Amino acid sequence: MTDPEPERTPVLALEGVSKSFGAVRALRDVSLRLYAGEAHALAGENGAGKSTLIKALAGVHRPDSGTVLLDGAPVVFHGPADARDAGVAVIYQEPTLFPDLSIAENIFVGRQPRRSFGRVDHKSVRQATADLFRRLGVDLDPDQPARGLSIADQQLVEIAKALSFDARVLIMDEPTAALTGSEVARLFGVVRALRESGAAVLFISHRLEEVFQLCQRVTTLRDGAWIASEPVEGLTEDDLVRRMVGRDLDELYPKQDAKVGEVALSVRRLTREGVFTDVSFDVRRGEIVGLAGLVGAGRSEVARAVFGVDRWDAGEVEVDGRPLKSGAPSLAMSAGLALVPEDRREQGLVMEMSIERNINLTGFGATSRAGLMNRGAERSRAVDWALRLQVKYARLADVVGTLSGGNQQKVVLAKWLATDPRVLIVDEPTRGIDVGTKAEVHRLLSQLAADGLAVLMISSDLPEILGMADRVLVMHEGRLAADIPRAEATEESVMAAATGRGRNAA
Amino acid sequence: MPEPTKSPQGKATSGTSGGFAVPAWARDSLRWDTVVGALLVVLLICSFSMVDNFGNALNLSFLIGNTLPIALIALPMTMLVISGEIDLSVGSTAGLSGAVMGKLWNEGMSIETIIPLCVLLGVVCGLVNGLLVTRLGLPSLAVTIGTLAAYRGIAQIVLGSNSVTDFPQQYLDFGSGRIGGTFIPQAAVPWAVLLVIAVIVLHATPVGRSLFAVGASQEAARFAGIRVKRLKLSMFVATGTVSALTGVFWALHYASARYDNATGLELSVIAGVLLGGIDFDGGKGTLGGAVAGVFLLGALQNVMSLVNVSAQSQILITGVLLVISVLAPRVARQVGRARARRKAADAAPPAAALATG
Amino acid sequence: MTMTAKPASAAPPEAASTSGFLDRVLKVRELAILVVLVLMLLATQLDNHAFLSEQGIKDLLLNATILVLVAVGQATVVITRNVDLSVGSTMGITAFAAGEFLRGGGNPLVGVLIAIALGIGFGVVNGLLVSLGQVPALVVTLGTLYIIRGLDSIWFGSKQITAADLPSGFADFGHNGFGAVPYLALLTAVVLIVAAYYLRSYRSGRDLYALGSSPEAARLAGVPVRKRILTAYIVCGALAGLAGALYLARFGNVDSGTGNGYELTVVSAVVVGGVAFTGGSGSVYGAALGALLLTSINSVLPSIGVSSVWVQAIDGILLLLAIAVDRVVALRVAAVLRKRAAQTRSAIHHA
Repeated sequence: MTDPEPERTPVLALEGVSKSFGAVRALRDVSLRLYAGEAHALAGENGAGKSTLIKALAGVHRPDSGTVLLDGAPVVFHGPADARDAGVAVIYQEPTLFPDLSIAENIFVGRQPRRSFGRVDHKSVRQATADLFRRLGVDLDPDQPARGLSIADQQLVEIAKALSFDARVLIMDEPTAALTGSEVARLFGVVRALRESGAAVLFISHRLEEVFQLCQRVTTLRDGAWIASEPVEGLTEDDLVRRMVGRDLDELYPKQDAKVGEVALSVRRLTREGVFTDVSFDVRRGEIVGLAGLVGAGRSEVARAVFGVDRWDAGEVEVDGRPLKSGAPSLAMSAGLALVPEDRREQGLVMEMSIERNINLTGFGATSRAGLMNRGAERSRAVDWALRLQVKYARLADVVGTLSGGNQQKVVLAKWLATDPRVLIVDEPTRGIDVGTKAEVHRLLSQLAADGLAVLMISSDLPEILGMADRVLVMHEGRLAADIPRAEATEESVMAAATGRGRNAA
Repeated sequence: MPEPTKSPQGKATSGTSGGFAVPAWARDSLRWDTVVGALLVVLLICSFSMVDNFGNALNLSFLIGNTLPIALIALPMTMLVISGEIDLSVGSTAGLSGAVMGKLWNEGMSIETIIPLCVLLGVVCGLVNGLLVTRLGLPSLAVTIGTLAAYRGIAQIVLGSNSVTDFPQQYLDFGSGRIGGTFIPQAAVPWAVLLVIAVIVLHATPVGRSLFAVGASQEAARFAGIRVKRLKLSMFVATGTVSALTGVFWALHYASARYDNATGLELSVIAGVLLGGIDFDGGKGTLGGAVAGVFLLGALQNVMSLVNVSAQSQILITGVLLVISVLAPRVARQVGRARARRKAADAAPPAAALATG
Repeated sequence: MTMTAKPASAAPPEAASTSGFLDRVLKVRELAILVVLVLMLLATQLDNHAFLSEQGIKDLLLNATILVLVAVGQATVVITRNVDLSVGSTMGITAFAAGEFLRGGGNPLVGVLIAIALGIGFGVVNGLLVSLGQVPALVVTLGTLYIIRGLDSIWFGSKQITAADLPSGFADFGHNGFGAVPYLALLTAVVLIVAAYYLRSYRSGRDLYALGSSPEAARLAGVPVRKRILTAYIVCGALAGLAGALYLARFGNVDSGTGNGYELTVVSAVVVGGVAFTGGSGSVYGAALGALLLTSINSVLPSIGVSSVWVQAIDGILLLLAIAVDRVVALRVAAVLRKRAAQTRSAIHHA
């Protein structure tokens, strides 16, 4: 995988950069060179280290070793302001706006145009923002506060902010995840114009076709390590996927055939106003049902409501024929429902508590007698499940935050499997974990289903859905758009339903 | 994807560089409440040997009697702070309870009826705080600053500037009396009972386990099926109830029910609890540490009065201790992290050499 | 590899009207306080015709000035999502320091400057502890509340300063004015306008809102977070110091108990005035109105024949009411936004 790199000096480059967080080695000896007038794609699975790499370029993280080069000379960014002053603009995946400030102020915070005596020129701020929006073809009111903007609109504000720098390097972490087709086209137009005027662009997207559309060069990361840097020309999507995954797809999705039994989870006409509407589906024993859809389609919200963390406004949920109440997770748990939530660090785990305490958070009934905790029972329950899921840990008393992403996810799974559930809902079960653990999690889910568990799997990872699910439900804008059996589920059929061009609409 | 950088509330995850070392926070908190306990022991030993009049029964009973109201409220306050909330209205609740007690006594009600009514009042005060915090989702700090003023104001409305002193003798005796010939106040016995209950609840029951989880990450606790709101509400009610009981004890101990009884008590309670290593952000601490913190402050004040340090300097020292108690663990953590970084940097050169080579 | 795209975005015209709606809600917040204040004063006037006489208005303004000053400083800190509980102690000690200096025959202007300088000193201490130590502001300033109060008591002991110790010009400055408008109120108004203008029209002022609104985003945007927090505390300390000097001018009487418990009144005023504890919103005008409302209640109650024992309870209940109403309104607004987004979405869906 040698790469005939140009002779020019890169505008911004990383050489041999490593970065660890506790026991997690997020980046290992990674190099990357960004050239003027070139769009560079960064490819890699979730958790491959892309975000960490960006934060190293943006001055948010200081590399543990290795150097950042600006115009060929080593630099140290002491903070985001340093990187910004060097002409590096970053659009983060999750918008970082100030909800209380107006859109215009959000874009120009800390560098507002000024009048005499250093006073902020509010009018110019507004005018400049309006100009940026015109350039982007966006119709947003610069005076509107950022609070209450949809994710797509927030993303547009971020893009406008990055454009306002006239940056030499523009870094975009999945800027298109929440945009419509026409917005993406417009964004790409602006990016091309920037590139042609000599800016270097680093682009991350999960949509490979966008990489091929926009970029000239691609660097692939896997599990924090550099795999390849090469021109996009001559590569196929399959080549890229192979570099990212690093193994055979069959090995990654070891789906066993399962005997499908009676209905375990039944959801009828479930509605939460303004979030999702009229959602009905069943999940049977032995079945893995995939729930697909675009970001913001309401998948996780359905899962939260079914489990009871959010209330629902109308509809019914039954587990093994037992009706659940709206907004009562403890009831759902005792009926045999388990939810492995989307956000492991915020929702799945109490990061600063020990592995043992985390696993036992769902098992006070099993580990206490007459209202008093039984230390022995606590320890043996935790050891038992940590071993069953092969969690790699030093001591059970270790803080769960010191584990790697994959092992953290295993602890979350252990915590829920220990409740002996009848229905398991997993929301993005392999987000941000390494490929090896990912395969392990898939094997586990497959095994559980074969043993008669009903599994509802939400995922943004389309190959994962196609590889693991017996049946694919697709949500589109808060409604269930399609129910596709395994045999008919293809990338095209699922995407069609997810973007509203599904069978129902056609 | 969000790479592991920081845990939810921006608290940094353990800064250990070695993969299997004892987690930093566990070491820190372990060290902290042990240190406070040890300091208390050292202070007591020094005082016994070096400070005149410290060791006599009268002084010791003074010390304990004056510290008891703080120690009483510190029990539920510890649990409340561990769950991530705070109640600044405890002093006012105690004052209100005392004022109502005085008012009803003046009205001729029997003390056996009055005390349960005062306890009920504490339940109501706690409910008001708790409902505003859990149902409306308001910050407990703002809510209880409001009720701090409101409860004290109501106490003033109830009793005006009167003071009621003529409570029945056997109750006054209980408030200020000692057990037999010892230095232990009679009221220390119910406190000890409450202490045992609190220790068991916090450190050996599902409720306690849940409190720690809620304080460390409310969201994760909710996703584990813990009834966060109900739990917090019950902690507010417990705090209100114990505060009202403390108000009754205060009026009996000092043989005077006034509307401004126990003014500023909340500050002493919080200072003691934080000094004892309870993390203000929730999720960390032990009751032993909190009790040690409270008695360390109490003993310090007692000793300082004996050696003729003015009351004003005592305030100063309380403040300094409070600042140190929140500053020290964080400074220690940062020093630890810096050391870990240095260690990582020492290990780095070979890797870098490899990269360039 | 993975599939992430997006649902349709909200239709632009909708966005514009949403902004108007939100704007109105925010402005209404300060307007509401003003309306309550005016209604209350008018009702009192109807009940007691002497209430809004020249002297009456002057008293109202005089009573408000000191609280307004401290509230403006406190608002600056609360906007950054912090709090300064030591303002009462700072005010007490600076009043005493200025008094000591004047009793020794010092120049009144220098006395005021001494008070401000001392306030700035405590502001620096608080600001450094909060920004460098990264410890919760509430706890640290609770600690410095004690420390400053302790210093105050040790320094001055049982000494007392009375009006007789002060130069007569200084006391006149504290009582007189142009007609119904006392000099103190004018000075306070100037401070208020300058503070409001700074917060609105200077980068560093806008940074305070930004970092209170989202500290993480502020860091990413390159806002010098520590420096700005320090600045806010310095402003707060300086205004508490100035308030101390004015307290001396107004009342003449200062002892070591001066300013005791004042922090709670100040926090109440700020929060009642619509500066949210969660940072990033509110204005110093709101805080000033909140302070004016609270001090006016103190004057209103006696003049309509209600005992002053009610004052504290009403202050507390007002604070609770203010935060509860704010919260309910915020929840409503969020619900409206959510529904509107859904309607737009389904409109597109069915189109």
